[in-house]
Amino acid sequence: MADETNQGSTPSGPRPPARSGDRGDRPDRGPGGRGDAGGRKFFRRKKVCKFCVEKIDDINYKDVRLLQGFVAERGKIVPRRLTGVCTPHQRRLSAAIKRARNIALLPFAAR
Amino acid sequence: MQRTYEVMFIVRPDLQEEETDKLLATLQTHATNAGAQVQSLDKWGKRRLAYDVKKFQEGLYVLLTLQADGKAIHELERRMRVAEQILKFITVRMDEEQQRLEKIRKIRASRVKRPPVEATPAAEAENPPVTA
Repeated sequence: MADETNQGSTPSGPRPPARSGDRGDRPDRGPGGRGDAGGRKFFRRKKVCKFCVEKIDDINYKDVRLLQGFVAERGKIVPRRLTGVCTPHQRRLSAAIKRARNIALLPFAAR
Repeated sequence: MQRTYEVMFIVRPDLQEEETDKLLATLQTHATNAGAQVQSLDKWGKRRLAYDVKKFQEGLYVLLTLQADGKAIHELERRMRVAEQILKFITVRMDEEQQRLEKIRKIRASRVKRPPVEATPAAEAENPPVTA
């Protein structure tokens, strides 16, 4: 539980640190979905990284349709614990989304 | 050192076609004069912008790929900033990204060739369904 409060106070709140992002790595930690509102006791089913599975290497800022799948309704970038994307791909995705926002392909804040 | 850059910019939508063509030609000339080689100029056409830019809701997207050094890009960006028909632009360095993709593709190509030594039809038959 000390870990939970620790994460809550860090500035990069929603994204858990890389080490605890690996599911199945620490089976003794109860709630699988960290930062979850309900605090479930069981593990979330293992989500796979879409980019690793489909072998998409080129995450381009011009590819709006691909990026839109990882952007919420209000235009926010969806955290990787919800989409199941692995860390390196999430970083590239994040950079691509920010570039797309700058060139008005994606909104900064919708509605 | 010549690097590959991609410049994507938005042109005002309410210009006449000849004016936009003239603007694009001028930009290309500036780039070539500064020592760059234009690889491609791709017009995406009018698109709805995700948010209002200089009170416009639509814009003409253009993608310019070129081989240049830093100074030429600097010069080109300066001209784009001054040009009031260009609303927004973004310059991305593409050479390292291209190298990375090339490397991945080469590794993949070499990996596929190894298993077929024992079972060619099995490996070939497996790959298409997985990627599809």
